[in-house]
Amino acid sequence: MINASLKELAAALAEKKISSVELTTLFLDRIEQHNPNLNAFVTVDRARALAAAHAADQKVGAERTALTGIPLAHKDIFCAEGWRTTCGSKMLGNFTSPYDAHVVEQMNAAGMVTLGKCNMDEFAMGSSNETSFFGTVRNPWDTACVPGGSSGGSAAAIAARLAPAATGTDTGGSIRQPAALCGLTGIKPTYGVVSRYGMIAFASSLDQGGPMAKSAEDCALLLNAMAGFDPRDSTSLERPAEDYCRDLDKPLAGLRIGLPKEFFGAGMDDGVRVVVEAALAEYRKLGAITVEVSLPNSGLSVPAYYVIAPAEASSNLSRFDGVRYGHRAADYGDLNDMYAKSRAEGFGDEVKRRILIGAYVLSHGYYDAYYLKAQKIRRLIAADFSTAFKDCDVIMGPTAPSVAFKFGEKSADPVQMYLSDIYTIAVNLAGLPGMSIPCGFDRDLPVGLQLIGPWFGEAQMLNVAHRYQQATDWHRRMPAAFAG
Amino acid sequence: MTWEVVIGLETHAQLQTKSKIFSGASTAFGAEPNRQACAVDIALPGVLPVLNREAVVCAIKFGLAIGAEIAPRSIFARKNYFYPDLPKGYQISQFEIPVVSGGGLTITVGAGETAYEKFVHLTRAHLEEDAGKSLHEDFHGKTGIDLNRAGTPLLEIVTEPDMCSSTEAVAYAKALHSLVTWIGICDGNMQEGSFRCDANVSVRRPGAPLGTRREIKNLNSFRFLQQAIDYEIQWQINEIEEGRKIQQATVLFDPDTGETRSMRSKEDAHDYRYFPDPDLLPLEIKADWIAEVKAGLPELPQAMQARFQSDYGLSAYDAATLAVTRSSAQFFEETVNVAGKENAKACANWVMGELAARLNRDEKDISASPIAAAQLAGMVKRIADGTLSSKLAKEVFEALWSGEGQDADAIIEARGLKQVSDASAIEPIIDEVLAANPKSVEEFRAGKDKAFNALVGQIMKATKGKANPQQVNELLKRKLS
Repeated sequence: MINASLKELAAALAEKKISSVELTTLFLDRIEQHNPNLNAFVTVDRARALAAAHAADQKVGAERTALTGIPLAHKDIFCAEGWRTTCGSKMLGNFTSPYDAHVVEQMNAAGMVTLGKCNMDEFAMGSSNETSFFGTVRNPWDTACVPGGSSGGSAAAIAARLAPAATGTDTGGSIRQPAALCGLTGIKPTYGVVSRYGMIAFASSLDQGGPMAKSAEDCALLLNAMAGFDPRDSTSLERPAEDYCRDLDKPLAGLRIGLPKEFFGAGMDDGVRVVVEAALAEYRKLGAITVEVSLPNSGLSVPAYYVIAPAEASSNLSRFDGVRYGHRAADYGDLNDMYAKSRAEGFGDEVKRRILIGAYVLSHGYYDAYYLKAQKIRRLIAADFSTAFKDCDVIMGPTAPSVAFKFGEKSADPVQMYLSDIYTIAVNLAGLPGMSIPCGFDRDLPVGLQLIGPWFGEAQMLNVAHRYQQATDWHRRMPAAFAG
Repeated sequence: MTWEVVIGLETHAQLQTKSKIFSGASTAFGAEPNRQACAVDIALPGVLPVLNREAVVCAIKFGLAIGAEIAPRSIFARKNYFYPDLPKGYQISQFEIPVVSGGGLTITVGAGETAYEKFVHLTRAHLEEDAGKSLHEDFHGKTGIDLNRAGTPLLEIVTEPDMCSSTEAVAYAKALHSLVTWIGICDGNMQEGSFRCDANVSVRRPGAPLGTRREIKNLNSFRFLQQAIDYEIQWQINEIEEGRKIQQATVLFDPDTGETRSMRSKEDAHDYRYFPDPDLLPLEIKADWIAEVKAGLPELPQAMQARFQSDYGLSAYDAATLAVTRSSAQFFEETVNVAGKENAKACANWVMGELAARLNRDEKDISASPIAAAQLAGMVKRIADGTLSSKLAKEVFEALWSGEGQDADAIIEARGLKQVSDASAIEPIIDEVLAANPKSVEEFRAGKDKAFNALVGQIMKATKGKANPQQVNELLKRKLS
């Protein structure tokens, strides 16, 4: 049951082979057993979860959806009414949200059962889950390794089968990179497909919520519930509803896979390269053809990102001032002292670093040289993708340059850490949909294959991922320590 | 030595929308603190702004009314600074591309012989959100925060440095106040802060380059605006004449002392780190939207003033006085519609004179006048056709004011105020008066004109004011000659 697909779970629930209460209890027990070791969850509420499961069990007929009664974990960046919502920060350690994020509303409406809130890098700033105020999350495949970040708690929870699925957010790779490092499937939709309402902002023009699960099929089902226009988010796109499952089974014959030469150069671990190449060979076996494409400006994506994202973050995080909610220093003199102490105590080092960078690049006299220039690069990067998609239907490459690394290995050197997102960041800058799917192992740790689609190409991308998963079983592998 | 004064104004006009500029919370004034602040207004984690279309309509109306350019695409930007009544730590405003650019306002400065017209150019007008309020009074050693006002839509209207005196600045502020209330985008309530001005003031020698300016913040009455500018001008002149340099600064006006004092100098000026707000799309205004708003725009004060002059033969001064507010102009026009064009000047005189004075005394707006336009018109008609003397008209006016009759005719009838113009009725009374006042008759004959007036007075008294004064004059002259 713990390794079942969402479709299988839905069938078992519909046929009353298991109740939602039983299923929820199963996962709550696993969380109780394994979370002390993994630290994937920040908050778990057994009573609330069971109440929701009970309510789901009462639903009949048209009240039921494909996801009714299935447990789910939320990244702690999503506001959920009555739930403590920390965003991985001491700043919000005492914050209970009085409202639901759009994504939470949607999943509740679909009848899903919230198990708890998952650990994450503080304010989603990190690629290893080492910046969380609530402690690091361990990678179930090797607990000496990081799970990736910032949606590391969500990834670890699914990988250890503590939850069948989870929500994540991706600003520069925060769904795809932890999915890759934990052997999962995760999708970052086109910017604007999933409402950002109630999702605590890191970098507003890059943030996008999305599902994380074991397979492309699971992700498609979850995205069906998650996506859709929301008038409360001005950047939410008003488009007709889509069924992301509709093309899952389409054959891949004739599919043109673009391989950006920039993604296959130096910087990628040899072990990762071998696995990615094997996956591409598998695709050719499935009838796809591979073509070389070029993203000439992709080398600029990390520097452009580390101007734009901190700039937006420095402003987005100004609301955490200790005045209305969140952490306020116990002792302070005047107003400025209250701000300084509350923020100094409430934010961790990585968050402070990015606020400083952001304030700097926006300041008078530097704005043009940094922020405006980065925006220009952003347009060039998007144009590169448009050009590349003239020659291919989907772009592929590694999700991350290496498999999961050890705790502390990169945390001392921010630039090394930032480079873990070298293949994922350009996708956010261009607003494109991207995915990571498991495609093998290097030194017994999962490797992720990244798929990048054209704008609104989610359904096709999920199809491309799903056909691969029908031909392989990487996505069904479980870390042995958590298989029982 | 003479000095030249240069003044530019920035005015914040609160827009009359039902809900806030980026949230659905109500904008009504006077609620319990923080009762009209929703999740967006208090900037909970994860909330997002959504632009209120009505606020944009207000900006378009204003742009049309001042002949400005309305940007087909303008950008909302974040102005970053920390303050407890600024919940997000930034204000959403417009920076590089405002919704309204250019245009201007013709103002009339002074009155009578020395009055002159001037065109004040506007630089821009942009949409932004208001902050909350910090309350210092009721909290010992602490500050209370009321976020009801946070997110209220504002139009910030910025002039070129076109004004040369406090009188011009006040004339501009009044003209602007009249316009924004006229087109219904702002209630103009200065006490509640719906319309407040910042004045940028500098002085220079004639022909010299612009002097360093100081900005006087948050002036919420025309009187304070005048006082603050006058004080500031004198202060700057004194500083320079005593050999000191003016430092760029933001200053506050203290109405109790009548002085301005520096709040912060240029050195501690904020770096607001403006950048386009990624939560909001560019504001696109297409031509058909502008056309739709234009169709709903009322006739503007200047067009109406011109029409009052050409259609009703009023002086520019009368036209401007009547069109000081839309309700006043409408009241006048309704009165004329009933009384007839030929009585337009009389209508104007009554509206600007007796009615205005009475309304003023009772602190009533013309829209709440106890005398309806049709009632006033009925009275004007009776004066014109000789039924009512001007003198007795005041009595009719008072009766109408206190609701003692449906219309002028009913009051004239009930009180017997009909003017007597019948010579056969007046002559016997004249004879009686002449007989009773031989001394006055003698004095008149001796060349004292005053005596004639005294006799007229006696006759009017004897007729209880009902005799037609003109006729009394003529008949009396004839009798005495």
